[in-house]
Amino acid sequence: MRLEIKGLTKRFGSFTANDSIDLTIEPGEIHCLLGENGAGKSTLMNMLYGLLDPTEGQIVVDGEPVTFASPRDAIAAGIGMVHQHFMLVPVFSVAENVMLGREHTRGLGVLNRRKAAETVRELSSRYNLAVDPDALIEDLPVGVQQRVEIIKALSHDAKVLILDEPTAVLTPQEIDELMEIMRELKRQGTSIIFITHKLREVKAVGDKISVIRRGKVVGTAPPTASETELAEMMVGRAVQLVVDKEPANVGEEVLSVENLTVVDPRGHQVLKDVTLAARGGEVLGIAGVQGNGQTELVKALLGLVRPDAGTIRLDGEDITRHGPRESLDAGIGYVPEDRSHDGYVGDFSVRENLILDLYRTDGFSRGLALRLDAIEQNADARIKEFDIRTESPETPVRSLSGGNQQKVVVAREFSRPLKVLVAAQPTRGVDVGSIEFIHKRIVAERDRGTAVVIVSTELDEIYALADRIAVMYDGRVVGVVGPETPREEIGLLMAGAGAGTTAATGTDTEVEA
Amino acid sequence: MSPETPEQAPAPEEQATGTDPKPEEAQVERADPRNPVSWLPTLVETAVAIAVALVIGALLVVLSDQDALEALAYLFTYPADFFNAAWDAIWSSYSALVRGSVGSGDRLATTLERAAPLICAGLGVSLAFRAGLFNIGATGQMVFGFLAAGYVGFTWDLPPVLHMLVALVAGVVAGALYGGLVGLLKARTGAHEVITTIMFNYLAASILLYALSKDAFQRPGSDNTQSPPVADSATFGSVADVHLGVVLAFLAAGGVWWLLERSTLGFELRAVGSNPDASRTAGMNVSKVFTVGMLLAGALAGLASTMQVLGDQSSLSPTLAGNIGFDAITVALLGRATPLGTVLAGLLFGALSVGGVAMQASAGTPKELAQVLQALIVLFVAAPALVRGLTRMRSSASGSTVQAKGWGG
Repeated sequence: MRLEIKGLTKRFGSFTANDSIDLTIEPGEIHCLLGENGAGKSTLMNMLYGLLDPTEGQIVVDGEPVTFASPRDAIAAGIGMVHQHFMLVPVFSVAENVMLGREHTRGLGVLNRRKAAETVRELSSRYNLAVDPDALIEDLPVGVQQRVEIIKALSHDAKVLILDEPTAVLTPQEIDELMEIMRELKRQGTSIIFITHKLREVKAVGDKISVIRRGKVVGTAPPTASETELAEMMVGRAVQLVVDKEPANVGEEVLSVENLTVVDPRGHQVLKDVTLAARGGEVLGIAGVQGNGQTELVKALLGLVRPDAGTIRLDGEDITRHGPRESLDAGIGYVPEDRSHDGYVGDFSVRENLILDLYRTDGFSRGLALRLDAIEQNADARIKEFDIRTESPETPVRSLSGGNQQKVVVAREFSRPLKVLVAAQPTRGVDVGSIEFIHKRIVAERDRGTAVVIVSTELDEIYALADRIAVMYDGRVVGVVGPETPREEIGLLMAGAGAGTTAATGTDTEVEA
Repeated sequence: MSPETPEQAPAPEEQATGTDPKPEEAQVERADPRNPVSWLPTLVETAVAIAVALVIGALLVVLSDQDALEALAYLFTYPADFFNAAWDAIWSSYSALVRGSVGSGDRLATTLERAAPLICAGLGVSLAFRAGLFNIGATGQMVFGFLAAGYVGFTWDLPPVLHMLVALVAGVVAGALYGGLVGLLKARTGAHEVITTIMFNYLAASILLYALSKDAFQRPGSDNTQSPPVADSATFGSVADVHLGVVLAFLAAGGVWWLLERSTLGFELRAVGSNPDASRTAGMNVSKVFTVGMLLAGALAGLASTMQVLGDQSSLSPTLAGNIGFDAITVALLGRATPLGTVLAGLLFGALSVGGVAMQASAGTPKELAQVLQALIVLFVAAPALVRGLTRMRSSASGSTVQAKGWGG
């Protein structure tokens, strides 16, 4: 199926989200749509999938102009979509989810489960998508759930598959698997529209790359284009993908973690006997696939989770039993991994969020009364310093873009004297321009002598910032290595293998076959 | 247009990042108190809700009016008869409603006195709302206020002003403790405040009945479930034709506003109410905030109770609490959980309630019509989409935004 988009435009009031977009997706092509958050990718796909009506322009399928009143029409025309947030019923089986909405029935509305399971088996063997049709969705890892979504789309005979930021939730291994699946689909003639803002992935599987910026297609490129070229197209100016930094001027040990163990409410040991140290003037990068204890480690450092064993020391003082208030007061800065959940109050204005953990300090309150003038001045200064793009300091943070929301959090945490900065996924879901800025600020904080701990699941980020890299796997630190360690080696550590390469500081290492 | 505008406008698409999976439309309704423009849609929505309620109320008036119904039978022969009769019925009812509530200084004073406890209890509900707590328990908190203020009022013997003050404080403190207990239970055990406040209402109602069956609370020489009247020395004095409670209600509204918008405690209450996880991460003690929030909410309900005991009526009876505790929820809802809104909504409900009686007396329209109007107004306010649909206020932009938010990309 050949899908053409001709002059597609979508306006919301005075704002043009998509401005006369032309794209052609050839049969059996992986067409990458590259763009920053808010560039208009989702609007375009929502129109393609019948969720939004185009203001102007046409969608043409195999030479025939079509209009989609709802996703039903789009599906009938052979368009399938895998949303970033899966549309699966967790307590249903794979087969049940796949047949959802057009159940096969026998006689008096009795569900024909066997037929559904057969459909799933047939599709999974044809496209090499390993899935057990009888497994419950809630028991499956995210990567497999995504496969179920793909099977669901294929079971509707999708000829064009839209994958919306499919790698955002996957581990590096799962990403590789997904790419293999994409290649297989392509071999069998399915076209794929692959939406992402990760340059590496685009280069790995793309046949053609279209870059969208501010609602317009600003250019197309072959997958051979360099990452710098692509990034420049995406952002609209030259960007620095590598952070400029001087060699670390390492000082005293500031934060030390000894034999830290955390047991979660279900009784699983999520952090096992972790020993780590962060020194002033140095960035300690904690690499690892999501869910290997990093979240708990960070929360324990902040006092949000009570460790079941072990000690945390800040400048030699035991802070293991401190709550978040005391930890923050002691000089720990914290950028949480899920900013909308833990980092800011969406209903609060930029101004209020900038003092969310400072409102009780002398500068911003006197007795019970808030000092509005000081709060206002602080907001104006931070907005300027961190280049927070907001209509006004009164704007609720929820309505800012992801990058600017993160800048609000970072600006707040950097606005008081820190001994330790703990930043988890500091640039997740942040546009390239803001990543550059946030990385620079983190390095500047390091150069001021602060001990910086960066937790990231993106190896690129770890390499960009870290002076030392600790790798976590299954709740343990399986190795602490230098920044020059090759990607493959760290990848192996992340997968739990080859823990013996470098001795972790003071903790027993675990070797998994 | 400034250069950053294109950066801002696509914000609804933020979901692309996968960091914001919660559907947040539900919370968007609250306006920013410091931004006059953001108030406009809220004001218009409320005005439309009131207007629609009045129109439906008018239909009810016509359908319950004998003359209009008789004229309806020969509508097609003499249509003017029906419309005249209908207009007469509507006009006489609504004008009686208005005259009865604000038509004279005397009426206005009654309206204010009726509104005062509604405002106070409504403030309690609003304050809890802002802290993320759905306080259904104003009734129970008021009952404890009654018991304490009443007991001090009719048993103790103190000099005039002092007696009133002590009784007032007793009522407020009792309400606060009963409310605070709910907060404490939530903070300590995670018990949901909706369940506990509902159960606490039953508990309080039974305790009131029990107390009124005991000598300590019963009128001497009587077996009725009624207390002795509060001593004159403990009742609210008058300030310009209304009792002191009215002044206290407005002061309380000002105080709640200051607390929410200008104080560190209010900052905590609002932060916890909006995002408890981020508040905890920012070092706030969420359990403490819940407890304090309910304590203050209970104190306001207790204040409302003193207006009944020390202001209007002077003795305790099982029905004293009436509907105020529940009306307080609707008042808070209509007032969008802001102090000013709560005051205005409280005044409106007070006026409807006072005017309704006058309407029944002079126009013969059942006073329940006023309650129907209250219910309809709140219904339309609670369902803004319905009002927008009725008035086609829904702009294309806002409609599409919702969709774009739902599907990230």
